[in-house]
Amino acid sequence: MWRDALLVAGKDLRIELRSRVALWQVLPVAVLSLVLYAFALGPARHTLAAAAPGLFWLAVLFSTVLATQRSFAIESGEGTRDGLRVSGIDPAGVFLGKAAAVAAELAVLQVVLWAAMTLLFGVHIHTAWLAIVASFLATIGLATAGTLYGALSAGLRVRETLLPLLVLPVLAPVLLAASRAWSGALTGPVSSGESWLRILGPFAAVYLVVGIVLYGPLLETA
Amino acid sequence: MDPVVLLRGAVALTGRFPALSGVDLSVAAGEVVSVVGANGAGKTTLLRVCAGLVPVSSGEAIVLGVDLRADPSAVRRRVGLLGHAPSLYDELTAAENVRFALRAAGLGADRATPALERVGITGRLAKTVAGGLSAGQRRRVALSVLVARAPELWLLDEPHAGLDAGARNLLSDLVTEAVRSGASVMFSSHESEVAAAMSDRRVTMSGGRVADVTSGGRRAKLAAVGEGGSHVA
Repeated sequence: MWRDALLVAGKDLRIELRSRVALWQVLPVAVLSLVLYAFALGPARHTLAAAAPGLFWLAVLFSTVLATQRSFAIESGEGTRDGLRVSGIDPAGVFLGKAAAVAAELAVLQVVLWAAMTLLFGVHIHTAWLAIVASFLATIGLATAGTLYGALSAGLRVRETLLPLLVLPVLAPVLLAASRAWSGALTGPVSSGESWLRILGPFAAVYLVVGIVLYGPLLETA
Repeated sequence: MDPVVLLRGAVALTGRFPALSGVDLSVAAGEVVSVVGANGAGKTTLLRVCAGLVPVSSGEAIVLGVDLRADPSAVRRRVGLLGHAPSLYDELTAAENVRFALRAAGLGADRATPALERVGITGRLAKTVAGGLSAGQRRRVALSVLVARAPELWLLDEPHAGLDAGARNLLSDLVTEAVRSGASVMFSSHESEVAAAMSDRRVTMSGGRVADVTSGGRRAKLAAVGEGGSHVA
């Protein structure tokens, strides 16, 4: 399973590096959304700083939908889905590989978004470990849940519009918990931020396990 | 010896409609069977059933000794499927596509280069992304995956489509080599005469059923060119 996961993740990331869809489409959309949020909130620095964690994770959330759609678009080519099914790859490995590739893209995106937010909103992280742990857990949660729901909608003609409808409500707890945890990391108190990790951790763990178990049957029925 | 493919009253649904409605078919080891018929006759579904990709809703379906109704995934690693569209990733090179397929099957990636050379994809072409290749070249790359994987059962869905005369001869040679190494081959075709010449038996499908089975001329042609000959199509 782990060998297959590495193989699929490597393949997906190589395709992304070649096509540069994530670089030229997902990343600009995420940064642009931050800029537009800043315009909408006005120039008051204290308002921007207070809203920064929520806006950051909202941008990451929408980017997750785009990255997930892209991940399944790779397999939507004629014959490639069948090719993957007859390849002998463990479906759990496909799930882990696709989720890992999406997670890697989201991690890079968060670094760029953080730089943009520092520049636009003038905010700084005071408790780095809290921000890093929250980002790590939230990224796993977003990537695994996104990949699972991506598989659910992959075989449908309306997948582009159905996926956001399915996945955004499911990811709402991650948006809430990651925003609060980052709020604690940015302005404190740390203890209040820490408590939200108790939502992010189990969410990531549950979707990781559910994805490993259910991805195979989902591929068969999608 | 047990047949490689054994279907008895096999029914397969596409949506709510039966694409196969009671197919009886047996393919022996080392046999080449062509499947012909009009559009919608069930040729592609038959091959996809044998690949374990379309579930059998009733009847008996055993491929390579595996009961498809019990565990279709068990047969997938052992068959090679060349679909209507080659299963290639456009952004990966020809060589990367073959290496990915080999690693996915748990085989060594070092088989990729000889297989690509066997189908005439060498040098710059092997390093070209699949999206930049012509339809015929993409089909050759997809065929090289089968050559490299050496599956026990080759399932070729209209393999002649889009191929020039040279590629058709190559396909014919590859089928001969596969059979010589112990594999069985099923392929669909719209070209009835080509199908008959290249196969041991020609199965005609109509309305999701086997309408007719006739002898093919493959062995006679092989005998005529001295068994080791090539370009039998």
